[in-house]
Amino acid sequence: MDENERGMEPYLCGESFHAMDLNQRFEDYIAADQKIEAKDWMPDEYRKTLIRQISQHAHSEIIGMLPEGNWITRAPSLKRKAILLAKVQDEAGHGLYLYSAAETLGANRDDLMDALIDGRAKYSSIFNYPTLSWADMGAIGWLVDGAAIMNQVPLCKCSYGPYARAMVRVCKEESFHQRQGFQIMLNLSEGTDEQRAMAQDSLNRWWWPSLMMFGPNDESSTHNEQSMRWKIKRFSNDELRQRFVDMTIPQVELLGLTVPDQDLKWNESTGHYEMGPIEWQEFFDVIAGNGPCNKERIAARKKAHRDGDWVREAASAYAQKMNAKATSNQTHAA
Amino acid sequence: MTKAQHIDWLLSLADDALILGQRLSEWCGHAPALEEDIALSNIALDLIGQSRALLSHAGRLEGAGRDEDRLAFFRSDREYRNLLLVELPNGHFGDTIARQFFYDQFALIRYTHLAQQTFDSEVAAIATKALKEVRYHAAHSAEWMIRLGDGTELSKARIQESVDRLWPFTGECFQEHTILDAAIASGAMPDRSRAQNTWNESVGAVLNQATLTKPEGSWKQSGGRDGLHTEHLSYMLAEMQVLPRLHPEAKW
Ligand SMILES: [Fe+2]
Ligand SMILES: [Fe+2]
Ligand SMILES: [Fe+2]
Repeated sequence: MDENERGMEPYLCGESFHAMDLNQRFEDYIAADQKIEAKDWMPDEYRKTLIRQISQHAHSEIIGMLPEGNWITRAPSLKRKAILLAKVQDEAGHGLYLYSAAETLGANRDDLMDALIDGRAKYSSIFNYPTLSWADMGAIGWLVDGAAIMNQVPLCKCSYGPYARAMVRVCKEESFHQRQGFQIMLNLSEGTDEQRAMAQDSLNRWWWPSLMMFGPNDESSTHNEQSMRWKIKRFSNDELRQRFVDMTIPQVELLGLTVPDQDLKWNESTGHYEMGPIEWQEFFDVIAGNGPCNKERIAARKKAHRDGDWVREAASAYAQKMNAKATSNQTHAA
Repeated sequence: MTKAQHIDWLLSLADDALILGQRLSEWCGHAPALEEDIALSNIALDLIGQSRALLSHAGRLEGAGRDEDRLAFFRSDREYRNLLLVELPNGHFGDTIARQFFYDQFALIRYTHLAQQTFDSEVAAIATKALKEVRYHAAHSAEWMIRLGDGTELSKARIQESVDRLWPFTGECFQEHTILDAAIASGAMPDRSRAQNTWNESVGAVLNQATLTKPEGSWKQSGGRDGLHTEHLSYMLAEMQVLPRLHPEAKW
């Protein structure tokens, strides 16, 4: 679309606008399902909320590389190794798109990275659990990427254009990951007794943390209402969790495995599965930094960053030298 | 070349790629910048892809029912035929880049020849694809050599140290060896001294541009082609092979 055709332009050049008008026009614009673009006016709170949301998502992609990276060197076949490596590489790419989307809002990738390694930023708690077996590569792809898709598909239609477009690319790849993860689980569930046991053990450990990925129950969730109105969150935590369970249980059955929830049952009248209560204490503990791997994940990220300082400095020193050379060549040529 | 020599030769090609790919994959998630996580994973993926094609070919030629995974996961370090250079631990980013640079320059020469030789047409097809990949790898490692060499004082000192430390391991690329000599005689591998001269020239040119000093020593570390490795390979294989060895019945 041409810069001038963009719908947000009018309220920027209106004759007698004041903050109230801007806000109202912004809200109306979003209500009409229009996309906000980087240069458009937006309320500070919208900008801040989005930066927080997008950067948390970016951090999750980057921290998420670690638990799966843990098994690349031990993948049990060369084909699985290649698939896993490509997957983890995709996650790095997702991190990059998302940091770029955050940068369109005025954030800076280096600052965001600093916040992450200083422990000031949040990321998805699921990555604070350890990967203890090869089956975890299956369970993560299937359940964790699966839950991420549930959360993210609606964001492909979120109100902020650069984020929505990043999510379209990300979701395409996440659905590959989900299928590959399921393939690993299927392969294990059709394998030897040890392989089946590995798959069941992994499902036991990842099931509840995956359900927690959708966030607290709706009653106890903050900032929901405003984010819904702004269309940067499109369904409630409980709605998404329910969809995930409804989608996943038939797959669990197909694998011949069972979820570690004795209360789980099909409700004929609602057409949904009912699940047992979630241990929210565990969720809040992990968020508070007391999960099994919080410290390790941040330490690994910090080490990578610090160990890379001299490399990034060298690259920018070299780029500066080359720029200086190019400029002086231009001056000579002139 | 006898059939046994032919298989050994294929394994030497496959193992170089597999072992270096395995090493590079250790970087995933730990690189100095996201862009390098992506680049190093990409290179690792290419190398693993090359090794899979070469191992499958070797297994078919052998005709004993060993597929790529059987060859990758059930050979001991003494049966691996890779260069010592590619099994060395990653060290810091500069060490990894210097190792990659020396290898890429060698791989470029080797695959250029492999793509054209007529001794083994399947290898020619694999090499034609690999050559495209290796051109990108070689550009990536050479660019980093230059950036680090001509970057800061610190980076220059570090990368020079990496170059000096790895240098003795580069001689093995061109060393005389029964199987490789047979491959050269069959036209399957490039002429040794011509290949070595080309390598010396291209490595020298990049080091020069990187304002680095090319080491003089001709002392060589070798043994990889005969399965006599550094202490590092056995650890690496222990990690890589653990699951298939623990569950020999399993399919993955
Ligand atoms: Fe992702
Ligand atoms: Fe994601
Ligand atoms: Fe993913």
